[in-house]
Amino acid sequence: MSAPPTDSGSSSLTELERAPRSDAHMRAEDYQPVFTGPARAELNELLTHYPTKMAALLPALWIVQRERGWVSEPAMAEVAAVLGLTPAYVKGVVTFYTMYHQHPVGKYFVQVCTTSPCNVCGAEDVVRAILKHSGAGELGVTSGDGRFTVIEVECLGACGFATPVMINEDFIESVSAERVPEILDSLP
Amino acid sequence: MGFPHRSHPRETPVLSQHFGDPDARSLAGWRQRGGYRALEQALTMEPAAIVGIVKESGLRGRGGAGFPTGLKWSFMKPGDGKPHYLCCNADESEPGTFKDREIMRWTPHALVEGCAIGAYAIGAETAYVYIRGEFTEPLQRMTDAVREAYAEGILGPNALGSGKRVDVYVHKGAGAYICGEETALMNSLEGRRGNPRIKPPFPAVAGLFGKPTTINNVETLAAVPHIINNGAEWYKAMCQGNPKSTGTKLYSVCGNIARPGNYEVVMGFPFKDFLYDLCGGPPPGRRFKAIIPGGSSVPIQTIAEAEATVMDYEGFVAEGTMLGSGGVICIDDAQCMVKQIARLARFYAHESCAQCTQCREGTAWTTKIMERIEAGQGTREDLDTLLEIADNMTGKTICVLSDSCAVPVVSGIQKFRDEFEAHITQQRCPFRGAAAGGGVATAVAA
Ligand SMILES: Cc1cc2nc3c(=O)[nH]c(=O)nc-3n(C[C@H](O)[C@H](O)[C@H](O)COP(=O)(O)O)c2cc1C
Ligand code: SF4
Ligand code: FES
Repeated sequence: MSAPPTDSGSSSLTELERAPRSDAHMRAEDYQPVFTGPARAELNELLTHYPTKMAALLPALWIVQRERGWVSEPAMAEVAAVLGLTPAYVKGVVTFYTMYHQHPVGKYFVQVCTTSPCNVCGAEDVVRAILKHSGAGELGVTSGDGRFTVIEVECLGACGFATPVMINEDFIESVSAERVPEILDSLP
Repeated sequence: MGFPHRSHPRETPVLSQHFGDPDARSLAGWRQRGGYRALEQALTMEPAAIVGIVKESGLRGRGGAGFPTGLKWSFMKPGDGKPHYLCCNADESEPGTFKDREIMRWTPHALVEGCAIGAYAIGAETAYVYIRGEFTEPLQRMTDAVREAYAEGILGPNALGSGKRVDVYVHKGAGAYICGEETALMNSLEGRRGNPRIKPPFPAVAGLFGKPTTINNVETLAAVPHIINNGAEWYKAMCQGNPKSTGTKLYSVCGNIARPGNYEVVMGFPFKDFLYDLCGGPPPGRRFKAIIPGGSSVPIQTIAEAEATVMDYEGFVAEGTMLGSGGVICIDDAQCMVKQIARLARFYAHESCAQCTQCREGTAWTTKIMERIEAGQGTREDLDTLLEIADNMTGKTICVLSDSCAVPVVSGIQKFRDEFEAHITQQRCPFRGAAAGGGVATAVAA
């Protein structure tokens, strides 16, 4: 199930597929820095891989997301300070890539490929089954119990194992609509 | 081999020989299988001699464009006093393609070795392997392999005791198809938005960090150790009389096919035998309708064209398409072509980096019109409009993503016009609700 066509012109495509903003704001004064202790050491090691500090930006954002589950504005500001960039620059990069969460997501972030090779194998049925069984109901919306956020994604590079579903870091191959309840119910 | 299936006797498993064998993953296991002998030998050779062998082998880029690898390497000038870089393109996001994933999952050391040889051959001390962020397992396998290689002194300031420095680093992408385009990948590695750069300058002149850079696909680099070990003549002999296309190629086969998977055959293999014998043909009770043989960016073939194709760079072109990345997408007679082309257009619209007007607007409008036709709200003029937009999107932008969106639309209207017209005249999708296996004829006549 793709996002429905609208009349609002070209930019609507990306707008629609982006999950709605959560209202979970974070006040700057409550912010606990990520890059202290082991995470700082990890980043320092990464910096030796590149001739510029800026090149460690994507890896640094990955560390933030691993530690905090998402990349908040204060976190972007911290990354900017650590790498000698501006917060606006960091935000510009974060928003370019689809995998950095700019708002908190459910305990299980579920990504289902619906691009043509999977689509012809029934990927849309898999999406419908996941939306129903997870209780999320709608794409990009977190289920009432906070467990599931489900999105459709473009080709996951596993087209021979249609339909691949990513649940957080785990790749589940050859998912059919029938297997969905068993897969979701097995999650702790 | 046809992983996850058993190898077919007509396959020639070179790169895929150890797919499915977890013992091949570790350094010890890889060494038992002949690993790192090629690197050891390469490090005793002059870089130019390595480039010479690769040139002689006829190896061409497996990332999509098929550019001769040795020639690309020869643009680099080792010893010019500048840092050089090798980028390994492991962004694998072209719909239909999943071969690089299996190379990294099962034989990560093959890629580490290929990167090390490639880097040395072009005068680079550093190679970056840029892996798409969704590839969690390949990322882990590659990270582990690199760590093992450093621990054993295979990589580092004195690689394999040669006195030469070779560093290989794994870099994780963050979700963007466009970062597979070579200059977008470089921008992304530098910590920027993944926008393709205007060429020239070409990467060999000013690439990563503004320095001379070569970029190669995973499969291309993984083939190099085999060429060093067995010689250019051995590689060159793997073809069917066409010296322009040599070696083996991994094809990822997906969509409506009995046995999806990765199959490795020599250049020049008959596509008909490939589809029916190796891959088992269409699912039971169905017939093939269309094949997209080289990832979603190449023209769609009718089944008659596909069956007549010889599988090499020139053979696919002769039948109206391209070898591309080797992602073979099979579509059977229960599928609606209009719907699938609309879905591909949506893919490109989603992935456009939006720098070029023709691409940003063209991909969005193409999607909108395609989806309107699919929903039964199209008009005859829409077909002309689509072709006009496609023309405006072709050959006019910074990279070819824009062209890639036009390709399935143009070849789709050319070859499956009856399905487009059926949507327009019936004002609905003739396949919706049609029994699976009903076929074009039934659906379109309904
Ligand atoms: C939009 C776009 C996406 C691409 N994606 C990939 C990719 O995911 N993997 C890849 O190896 N090449 C990709 N390419 C091709 C690369 O730009 C480049 O040609 C290739 O990595 C060169 O390696 P090769 O010579 O070994 O084939 C893409 C090209 C374009 C225009
Ligand atoms: S053609 Fe499209 S993807 Fe390529 S640079 Fe232009 S806008 Fe970006
Ligand atoms: S199209 Fe679904 S994984 Fe490639």
